[in-house]
Amino acid sequence: MRPVAVIGAGCTTFGEKWNTSFRNLFVEAGMLALEDANLSGEQIDAMYVGNMSAGRFVEQEHIGALIADYSGLASHHIPSTRVEAACASGGLSFRQAVIAVASGMEDIVVAAGVEKMTDVATGASVDTLAGAADREWEGFAGATFPGLYAMIATNYTHRYGLTREQLAQVAVKNHFNGARNPIAQFQQEITIDTVMKSSLVADPLRLFDCSPITDGAAAVIVAPLDRAREFTDTPIKVIASAQASDTIALHDRRDISTLDATVAAGKRAFEMAKLTHKDIDMVEVHDCFTIAELCAIEDLGFCPKGQAGKLTAEGVTALDGDLPVNTSGGLKACGHPVGATGIKQVFEIVQQLRGEAGRRQIDGARIGMTHNVGGTGATVAVHILEV
Amino acid sequence: MSVARFWRKIPQRYNLVGTQCTTCGSYFFPPRTFCPECRRAGVIVEHRFKGTGEVVTHTVVRSASEQFEQMTPYVLAIVQLDEGPRVTGQVVCAPEEVKIGMRVKPVFRRISTDGESGVIYYGTKYIPDE
Ligand SMILES: [Zn+2]
Repeated sequence: MRPVAVIGAGCTTFGEKWNTSFRNLFVEAGMLALEDANLSGEQIDAMYVGNMSAGRFVEQEHIGALIADYSGLASHHIPSTRVEAACASGGLSFRQAVIAVASGMEDIVVAAGVEKMTDVATGASVDTLAGAADREWEGFAGATFPGLYAMIATNYTHRYGLTREQLAQVAVKNHFNGARNPIAQFQQEITIDTVMKSSLVADPLRLFDCSPITDGAAAVIVAPLDRAREFTDTPIKVIASAQASDTIALHDRRDISTLDATVAAGKRAFEMAKLTHKDIDMVEVHDCFTIAELCAIEDLGFCPKGQAGKLTAEGVTALDGDLPVNTSGGLKACGHPVGATGIKQVFEIVQQLRGEAGRRQIDGARIGMTHNVGGTGATVAVHILEV
Repeated sequence: MSVARFWRKIPQRYNLVGTQCTTCGSYFFPPRTFCPECRRAGVIVEHRFKGTGEVVTHTVVRSASEQFEQMTPYVLAIVQLDEGPRVTGQVVCAPEEVKIGMRVKPVFRRISTDGESGVIYYGTKYIPDE
């Protein structure tokens, strides 16, 4: 396999973008990535587009072709493929692009993610997102997506003695980081009190424990490492790409509070990169709910099971801590346009490794990790990037 | 949930009919037609579950999809059936009553409806079994 690098990255602002259409969102992110890599459209060999549910959010399928067309590439007839794995769609589209370049099959490949979620009412989006779990045996019984993560939180709290304040601190930290990210949906700092006084969604999770409904798109461009300097002075090497799956239903998991797919993908990524946890300067993890961030830190092996709440409360995962987690603000504050999230995570790490993260910048960042989860843990993608 | 998808699962939903792999003895609910352990060597037969079990974890859903909106707040749990498999279902009790480790037994109940004049879906819920 040949070494692969990210040579360009772009992202729209995240939020409720009622004046922008699905296709325009993508085009905006794609143009930013192309400009960043100093590329013209004719140089693109292939595209992968992460998208969870355009069919239900905007009643549009056949996303691969649509995106290629509105990127002005219809007459180039490039292969353009939609990748779907619920909220891990973006992470998987990045992995597919990396595989395509590593294999030697393609040279310049766009990996994108896009979701337009605010064109339907909240009840309909809750139902669409519930499709990331087992529709026939979880959704049928009335399980919502927050409800399933809430059951992880209940089980976790019972076993590890997590406090409600420790859980809230995850949201407080991520809003602090989001307030320093110009693309973030929420740019206000919050306090533990804000979280504790917000309305209950699914006990014990409150509104401020949950990532929002978001519109947004992100795109990155990957190329063979030995060609990367044609386009950029700071190529970002992709030194690990791992993916794992697990049961679709939460009730079938070996352990309700451990995402075994995260454990497996994380282990494979560290082996592939030949690195240990101490080598990672920062990590973007899938915090669709506050409890998910704690599980991710533990399941990736950064601390023993049950300890992440304490570490968070002590500031270890803050911007100035030993292991900054979700410098972008995470899904919680930056926003969670489901299909775009995995690519936005890569975008954030690329910015950090290039030293372009502004008020969120981690000094001397050299190696970063992304962790993207589909459903309640049925799909996980983990990547490690190095400047 | 489409009508067809619902009707074809009526035996399982109404009577907790799952399966067992007689090769390794594992029980499956929801039913599986393929044993993850024995793979093609697994011999799968139907099994009717007693439906009694224990709450492994729980929540109170307060914000639901349209189909379940008028039932909020409702208690949702993962129940470990006595035969081994776990299942997601609603527990008919007050929100503050549900506890991890609580014994439950099955009841036949209305689960949801498709709008005001739509199909009514029935299935299994759980009640405390002290
Ligand atoms: Zn078997």
